[in-house]
Amino acid sequence: MSVTVYIPTPFRRLAGNQVYVRAEGNTVAEVLDNLGSRYPELRHMIFDESDEVPGHINIYVNNQEMHSLKGKDTPLSEGDEIAVIPAIAGGQVLTEDQVNRYSRHIIMPQVGPVGQRKLMAAKVLIIGAGGLGSPSALYLTLAGVGTIGIADFDVVDLSNLQRQVLHHNDDVGRPKTESARDTLLSYNPDVNVVIHDGPITSENAMEIIPQYDIVVNGADNFTTRYLVNDACYFAGKPLVDGSILLFDGQATVFLPGQGCYRCLFPAPPPPGLVPNCADAGVLGALTGVIGSIQAIEALKLILETGESLASRLLLFDALSMEFRVVKLRRDPKCPLCGDDPTVTELIDYVEFCGAPFPSHDGN
Amino acid sequence: MTVEVRVTANLQKMVGGQRSLQGEGASVGELLDDLDSRYPGFREQIITDGQLHRFVNIYLNDEDIRFLDKLETPINEGDTLSILPALAGGAAS
Repeated sequence: MSVTVYIPTPFRRLAGNQVYVRAEGNTVAEVLDNLGSRYPELRHMIFDESDEVPGHINIYVNNQEMHSLKGKDTPLSEGDEIAVIPAIAGGQVLTEDQVNRYSRHIIMPQVGPVGQRKLMAAKVLIIGAGGLGSPSALYLTLAGVGTIGIADFDVVDLSNLQRQVLHHNDDVGRPKTESARDTLLSYNPDVNVVIHDGPITSENAMEIIPQYDIVVNGADNFTTRYLVNDACYFAGKPLVDGSILLFDGQATVFLPGQGCYRCLFPAPPPPGLVPNCADAGVLGALTGVIGSIQAIEALKLILETGESLASRLLLFDALSMEFRVVKLRRDPKCPLCGDDPTVTELIDYVEFCGAPFPSHDGN
Repeated sequence: MTVEVRVTANLQKMVGGQRSLQGEGASVGELLDDLDSRYPGFREQIITDGQLHRFVNIYLNDEDIRFLDKLETPINEGDTLSILPALAGGAAS
């Protein structure tokens, strides 16, 4: 007797990436046995140690659960359709490979299988595939965050390779978004990497940012920083902010309504007054510290664990090797998130900052 | 009153490359006057027309002086003042 077996998404990789497979047998038990002998990895998922179908897996024969029929002894007819459906609790079920890959996270009570599924369901947008975006995107990808968006308009330059770990020697001249995607997928093919190749502007910010749960900002210029801050506030998205120069780094989290970048710095410096990394330099390894802190903060927000950096600004001085924390308050006079806001939609940030969106990577 | 003043990033070049120095004064404003007398031009990196630049924050210990008494904020022995300009470094985007 030959029947069709429907394989659900989480098990598909264990069955040659097929949605339907043919199997032989006169009963459900024989068909499952036939499947298990042909796909040994699938066998581990559909049989437990005592060779029974585990409680979290239901077997359907022509859309009827087998226990409402004759269980594993349910007789089959030519052309019947069998479906193997795992229980789903708060997201997709973890495959054996995923349990293995993420085991060091899953064994921690703050993560567990529920937290891992939260990570797999999460969507994080990284602004800038450079010094800060590289380590943060990398660790979020390794952690199995389901969707990683990468926004960048630049191409990889040789001078980027001193710190931007998403890009390799052979990537020089390639768009950073493409190089980033290739690197991230080579680390973890489970992750869906979405690339936004081009500058974030007042025109596209409210199309891109609302697609994500959390935004990680690693922009190298004030124009983009104020734009992303305002767009995240309007879209109600948490913004994990980080910046670096020379041997100094800063990091914080802006939760909508609990203070924003404009509360911290109400206006940008005049163009040219605060140098960027291209002009002043930056210690490469410093980007790893601040970018990793941004990844940690994003992971904590997804896992809903710990105390975020919201309302606190973390300062890191690599020369004295000191971390300090200062208070960050929502400013009632803030033009964006204050009591009487005057900024009620995205503005012209080029005019506000007196500087264009840069056309060349500084950091 | 002598307190420790920490300066960040590009402001360090105004004070001969130091990251931490001592300053004198009874208020934040007086302390900046003292630093400016020893490092001419320092104050104008931070203040214009008596107002703190909006892209520079000064923290007395862990509190932003904009939420205290701004430049009039009194300082006490043992306080630490941190002067922090906005940084934008990261990556092009």
